[in-house]
Amino acid sequence: MKNFTKGFIKENPVFVLLLGLCPTLGVTTSAINGLGMGLATTFVLIGSNVVVSLVKNLIPDKVRIPAFIVIIASFVTIVELVMQAYMPALFDQLGLFIPLIVVNCIVLGRAEAFASKETTASSAIDGLGMGLGFSFALTLLGAVREILGSGAIFNFKFMEADGMLVFVLAPGAFIALGYLIAIINRINKKA
Amino acid sequence: MAKKESTFINMVMVLFIVAAVAGLALGYVYNITKEPIAKARKAKIERAIKEVLPEFDSVQPGYKIMSYDGTKAKDSLVFFKASLNGEWVGTAVNTYTMKGFSGLIKLMVGFTPDGSIHKISVLEHKETPGLGTKMAKPKFIDQFKNINPADFDIQVTKDGGEIDAITAATISSRAFSDATDRAYKTFMQNKGGNN
Repeated sequence: MKNFTKGFIKENPVFVLLLGLCPTLGVTTSAINGLGMGLATTFVLIGSNVVVSLVKNLIPDKVRIPAFIVIIASFVTIVELVMQAYMPALFDQLGLFIPLIVVNCIVLGRAEAFASKETTASSAIDGLGMGLGFSFALTLLGAVREILGSGAIFNFKFMEADGMLVFVLAPGAFIALGYLIAIINRINKKA
Repeated sequence: MAKKESTFINMVMVLFIVAAVAGLALGYVYNITKEPIAKARKAKIERAIKEVLPEFDSVQPGYKIMSYDGTKAKDSLVFFKASLNGEWVGTAVNTYTMKGFSGLIKLMVGFTPDGSIHKISVLEHKETPGLGTKMAKPKFIDQFKNINPADFDIQVTKDGGEIDAITAATISSRAFSDATDRAYKTFMQNKGGNN
């Protein structure tokens, strides 16, 4: 249970570990993009964590990183193909960023720091928790940027005006992320 | 089971097996998704054709026509001729431009037989989110609705035309005009793709 919940606040990959910021800043122009990217990453995380923990004893130490990368890249390509086939609308939005999951440090980080030492079951739970924590962070950041930047939430427009353009662009991503990290840190300190 | 030693033969074997299994898995998934992917692409084109043309009941399969500027062009355009009760009501042209802020933009432009633009739909682009992406919004794209480029300059106002560019996205707007212009000139040169 602890392995599952730590991904949300205490060890949230984006807000606390500050891993995987490239997709975080890139795709979170709207809440739905953030959620889609988060769930795709969750799938890759669970898959790679399970496989890595299964084969951890078969892989010599010196070649573990290339082996992990091949496993992760395979899962990413599977996600890309499946998304393209069954969710073309979402793929149009995220297409560019899906291959970037391969180089997302969270996935390799969890494989190296957790799955290569722990049992399969707890690795799967760790992947799920971390993935959902990542999705949560991306959705939250996407929602904040969408509300301030486009005056909408999950593509549902609630005001006429266009909003503050800066939040749709990269600088807005940094500003919003900075404030969110400050808030999460505050919560963590109290707890 | 003890951890495998990092001997040369072990490392080579393990990497070989990992890569082989990954390759097999990917081949399998690719085969399963090949058809749905092709279908999704086709559905997108068909939706766009329906969107940009007046009512029609049948559409010919697309045929390629080289862009009007011939050898300078990067690619040909695809024409979809549509008719209602056997009569030609319009042609949807899958056009493109390389002048977008991030390169390629693909549009579907619907022409009526006299060369007027009925409607335009954006197929593909990689413009800046929040700026160039606004070209798909009615405020911009509806300026091209029901006009004839013969008596309406489809360039942006900065270039002397009559189209109001998107604020802070003049390059994307220009590219949009360029793609539309390419479709129009090719359409007229080939008399609507009828010869």
